[in-house]
Amino acid sequence: MKSLGSIRRDFAPWNDPNAKPYIQFDKVTKKFGEFTAVNNLSLTIFEREFFALLGASGCGKSTLLRMLAGFEEPTAGRILLDGQDLRGIPPYKRPVNMMFQSYALFPHMTVEKNIAFGLKQEGMPAPDIAKRVAEMLKLVKLEQFAKRKPHQLSGGQRQRVALARSVAKRPKVLLLDEPLGALDKKLREETQFELMDLQQELGLTFVVVTHDQEEAMTMADRIAIMDKGEVMQVATPAEIYEAPTSRFVAHFVGNVNMFEGKVAERGAETTRITGATGAQIVVDNGGNAAAGSDIVFAIRPEKIKVSSKKPADAVNALEGEVYDVAYLGDMTVYHIKLDDGQIVRASALNASRVTEDPLTWNDRAWVSFRPDAGVVLTR
Amino acid sequence: MNATWSRFNVTSIVLGFAFLYLPIVLLIVFSFNESKLVTVWGGFSTKWYVSLFHNQGLMDATWVTARVGVISATVATVLGTLAALTLTRYTRFRGRVLFSGMVFAPLVMPEVITGLSLLLLFVAVGLDRGFLTVTLAHITLTMCFVAVVVQSRLVSFDRSLEEAAMDLGAPPVRTFFQITLPVILPAIISGWMLAFTLSLDDLVIASFTSGPGATTLPMKIYSQVRLGVTPEINAACTILIAVVAIGVIIASIANKRREVQRQLDEQAAQRG
Repeated sequence: MKSLGSIRRDFAPWNDPNAKPYIQFDKVTKKFGEFTAVNNLSLTIFEREFFALLGASGCGKSTLLRMLAGFEEPTAGRILLDGQDLRGIPPYKRPVNMMFQSYALFPHMTVEKNIAFGLKQEGMPAPDIAKRVAEMLKLVKLEQFAKRKPHQLSGGQRQRVALARSVAKRPKVLLLDEPLGALDKKLREETQFELMDLQQELGLTFVVVTHDQEEAMTMADRIAIMDKGEVMQVATPAEIYEAPTSRFVAHFVGNVNMFEGKVAERGAETTRITGATGAQIVVDNGGNAAAGSDIVFAIRPEKIKVSSKKPADAVNALEGEVYDVAYLGDMTVYHIKLDDGQIVRASALNASRVTEDPLTWNDRAWVSFRPDAGVVLTR
Repeated sequence: MNATWSRFNVTSIVLGFAFLYLPIVLLIVFSFNESKLVTVWGGFSTKWYVSLFHNQGLMDATWVTARVGVISATVATVLGTLAALTLTRYTRFRGRVLFSGMVFAPLVMPEVITGLSLLLLFVAVGLDRGFLTVTLAHITLTMCFVAVVVQSRLVSFDRSLEEAAMDLGAPPVRTFFQITLPVILPAIISGWMLAFTLSLDDLVIASFTSGPGATTLPMKIYSQVRLGVTPEINAACTILIAVVAIGVIIASIANKRREVQRQLDEQAAQRG
């Protein structure tokens, strides 16, 4: 898998077998009464990594974060930070800080005092506190708001105060619980990049919890997709999108077409799949699917080409009828109803102003894709 | 606003306010009466206010009432706040329902019963009735009111504030004094003022539990009235009303100002 053009191309400790893990969840289980929030979960996070826990609400991602912060203790298993077992260490003695979803700014204190609170707790001398607070205010560009109280700030400013307060102590790890959840869309996009810059600048390890896949894809070095207290896949954003390992992950991130089927023939280089309704698909990489096993072939809409005639060189081509067309400006989304009844979603980038092959409702159409365009999923 | 001032509306307002305030107005007017007779107007005078300050019995009673009020309100506020904290923070413990029932029972308990049972208790344990017993009785009476006021604030208290403080390195006790207490302080002050007011105007329980040398102002006024109302009592009551009214007015003005300021701040913040 080629990495996307990121400035952090070379940062990949997870591929280095000698890299020392920084945060380790070791078979962690957390139960609230009868409800299991986190189930026998193991996870490794590296130093200076921007790590995202992504999942729907109730998947256990926040519980994981709260266990790291010390507000909850695991029912079973261990959490290690830099080799140290965190069990029994109260939140106020852990070298991690958290930015809360509600920001949790102290309403009776000014911005300055809010940021200084943590530094005062560790007994830092007053001149040093003043210096650090000034530094933090500069970092989040709130110098002229130092004397304001939280209710005198806008939502975006409050978010930055919360951020400054949580990084002021230079924690080993910064935990962010839905850090952008309360901001409007435009501000959220700006702030995503600010957070990434900040993480680079401070060289901290960030663990962020979010339900917004776009947010996780934009910011994180690696993403853990969670469901029902378990980790479904941990990978870079590109891998999550291009090489999901399960139906859940493929469905959870982005749009996807799924073909139910069986492995008809398992070759050394190509695998042939017979769809449940008869479609024949040839793929390069069959994963670990054995011949004869039930599988799902998953392919993203933008990797499918739509044309009115059967492309001559296509390995995989299926015939159908245009069921729906949605023109979105930058791209057009087609829903093609195949002759076997399955509806395939395909999107085409409108690279030129005039399409040579305009398809419309009820036209006969072919969908085609390369053998390496999709993935075979066994679970 | 186009309220119609129909005859019916005007009449009901006049009657309603007259019902509520006529007795008080009469009391205030007659406190400035020259005549010694309470019901006959004999010209304007402030002499009863002067003689009030020379009435040692009334002054002593005022002093006792103030001390009982301050001490009992303060102790009741501490205990009531602790009870409220327990009830909101520990939602599951053995006997919680019983505990909460017992905390709030005095709210609905007839004062006569509270007073009588306290009297019996003090007699049983051999506690001489006086300043201490009235104060204890008032703590019992007012604690539950404080608990109610503080609890209603704690229910809406954002626990993540405390978590944030602990996350930033403050141990639980320091978190309580630096974060929780300042945030719920307005409710605690309201609770204290409510407790003080209740202690100030309590007659029934004080009559049961007080002894010689610890006569409170309501008891003194009541006993003097039984000997015949003097304009001096009117004057004392007028001062009491004035003190309470000024307190309420100051509190509501301060509240209103804070509210207006807050709204202005928020508008300014939204504009950036």
